[in-house]
Amino acid sequence: MFSHKKVETNSILMTVLILLVVSIGGIVEIAPLFYLESTIEKVEGMRPYSPLELKGRNIYIREGCYNCHSQMIRPFRDEVERYGHYSLAAESMYDHPFQWGSKRTGPDLARVGKRYSDNWHREHLIDPRAVVPESVMPGYAFMLETELSYADIEDHLVANVRVGVPYDDEMLANAMADLEAQVDPDSDQAEGLAARYGGVQIRNFDGQPGKPTEMDALISYLQVLGTMVDFSVYKAEENLR
Amino acid sequence: MNVITMLALGLGAVLGLFLSMNAVDSGIYFHGMLLVVFCVGFAFWIWKRNGNTGGPADPNSVVDYNDDIIRLGLILSVFWGVIGFLVGLTIALQLAFPVLNLDLPWTTFGRLRPLHTSAVIFAFGGNVLICTSFWVVQRTCRARIAGGWAPWFVVLGYNLFIVLAATGYVLGITQSKEYAEPEWYVDIWLTIVWVVYLLVFLGTLRRRKEPHIYVANWFYLAFIITVAMLHIVNNLAMPVSFFGAKSYILWSGVQDALIQWWYGHNAVGFFLTAGFLGIMYYFVPKQAERPIYSYRLSIVHFWSLIFLYIWAGPHHLHYTALPDWAQTIGMTFSIMLWMPSWGGMINGLMTLSGAWDKLRTDPVLRILTISLAFYGMSTFEGPLMAIKSVNALSHYTDWTIGHVHSGALGWVGMVSFGAIYFLAPKLYNRERLYSLRLVSTHFWLATIGIVLYASSMWVSGIMQGLMWRAYDSLGFLEYSFAETVAAMFPFYVIRALGGGVFVLGSIVMAYNVYRTARGDIRDEKPYITAPQPAQA
Repeated sequence: MFSHKKVETNSILMTVLILLVVSIGGIVEIAPLFYLESTIEKVEGMRPYSPLELKGRNIYIREGCYNCHSQMIRPFRDEVERYGHYSLAAESMYDHPFQWGSKRTGPDLARVGKRYSDNWHREHLIDPRAVVPESVMPGYAFMLETELSYADIEDHLVANVRVGVPYDDEMLANAMADLEAQVDPDSDQAEGLAARYGGVQIRNFDGQPGKPTEMDALISYLQVLGTMVDFSVYKAEENLR
Repeated sequence: MNVITMLALGLGAVLGLFLSMNAVDSGIYFHGMLLVVFCVGFAFWIWKRNGNTGGPADPNSVVDYNDDIIRLGLILSVFWGVIGFLVGLTIALQLAFPVLNLDLPWTTFGRLRPLHTSAVIFAFGGNVLICTSFWVVQRTCRARIAGGWAPWFVVLGYNLFIVLAATGYVLGITQSKEYAEPEWYVDIWLTIVWVVYLLVFLGTLRRRKEPHIYVANWFYLAFIITVAMLHIVNNLAMPVSFFGAKSYILWSGVQDALIQWWYGHNAVGFFLTAGFLGIMYYFVPKQAERPIYSYRLSIVHFWSLIFLYIWAGPHHLHYTALPDWAQTIGMTFSIMLWMPSWGGMINGLMTLSGAWDKLRTDPVLRILTISLAFYGMSTFEGPLMAIKSVNALSHYTDWTIGHVHSGALGWVGMVSFGAIYFLAPKLYNRERLYSLRLVSTHFWLATIGIVLYASSMWVSGIMQGLMWRAYDSLGFLEYSFAETVAAMFPFYVIRALGGGVFVLGSIVMAYNVYRTARGDIRDEKPYITAPQPAQA
């Protein structure tokens, strides 16, 4: 007959047993997500973030936007009507880390891209209550004056490649030029940028001339959210799981 | 021993200097310098103490316990508690009155919210766990803590981790993974501290003079081991530069989401539950002067709790893009978890059998007891909210925030306050606390604060969830999102009021502990114990 005495008189045995018992749940739940093909749907249009969008995403993370904004639309009538098509796993496949969030003090942002003008975003980020009187969001006027730091942009892309994001050699070599070109539609580089990142929006996001600001980067990220997957050709039934 | 410690600290100082000299951003420069200051300061302090690693608070103690270190942990616990609660009050007020964000980069809700969660969970909770575990493991093993300066390194190194994390958030250094925000280099530092913590704890267990390992230590051990596993897996990341703060998490999208909430829910399960159950299993029987209710129940409840908890993570991802099978498993295990949770509550509450009258005369025991009541309440509410159809309403709303706080303030906070009140007079070798009446004041302030907090968040959360899904008679969504934000205002004010009352309670505690440390006794009306029945 097994006696618990054996366990509670031997600290090493207890350590090993604890480790064993707490490992099981995680292994059973998490490991299959890496090999079950149905986990991530097959879709058209997903691409890695452009260098400017990636910088904007890092600002989104730095400011803790995820504390109040989710990026995960659930398959309910009201959410789909309010925010758009429910979110797919494929839509965050290049997100390191994910930004699904856990709280909606503000609205979901999974499909905020192309819904509002750049100008609306700029005014809203400078003073949220000037645009939405009920808002409790902090203002981020400082971003308009803060020049974007991007000397290390290629290193950021390389780090992403190392964790599995498919930036190719051309994307790496053009990282800095692509970043600058995205706020300058008249530049020679713009054509190459558009070819490398399908559907990328190229324009002066913050509405002021000169070097890219943090405001440029953040708005370019907000404007790409939820716009990559082409839902006109997406067949949900083929991805039943 | 001294030579090895000094060598390690020297190495740490050189590493910090190296990081600062090559830093590509101001965050790493600042944090490298903090590491230098820490190592030099620690080395100087060791030299000053001249080989004295600490002794027992009670000079008549038979065993050469190390209580100096626990005294430090107690001060840090009280300090971080008050700070963490104050930051919480600040961000609660920011939600009601957004002008308080000041619109400066360092003071917005987005940066201060992780500061609040880390300060209360890791700074307050973590220091309470470390210092109580050092007390409990020494007393229940009747042995001095293992490893010379190593336990000092655990306490001080852990608090360096807190400072690195907290200053990082304000400067905008974050991974954005909730309750795992610190960047890669801070994670590595915590890993080193944690491994030393495990070795110190196990080393002390192996020195024990008692044949059996007491049940409180099982919980502490499970907490230390599991937190190590969760921390390492969740934080695997690729730094952009080894001299820069920014990194990219190894995992992406849906896998990252589940790994994060496997971590996140078990930060609740093992940091805020298993660890604090360790506190409960020692301090409740001690304060009630009764043995634990059921030895058998503690075995069943321990193994089932740690086995089931680890599965519950997916309930944070109901109806998301996480595959349904994983959501269903998560929900099922979350509901099963109700049983071992209440096993723990029953074992704690029933320990008061035959001692219930002490609740009238011992406010410390009253605080410990209400913590178990809150534990029972929030571990009932949790499985309820893990049911998919309930979660469809509660997710993304303030209901979650209310639930977390009834657990965090009611269970974790109260049981910690009980342990602090138990330890304070012992660590300063005083006859008793400065004031028991002030403990009672704290009890009522904290309880009223929690009730205001939880009830306002129930109302606002459920109301918000219902408003989001409300349709008018023509089949249109009834409310814009902005209207649902405006409707929250009165509840955000009530919540901040509740938080403020709770903060006030913690300041009363800090004062009481301070006066106890000074050796003062308040001139107050004593609690009259019930007359004993006459001997037959």
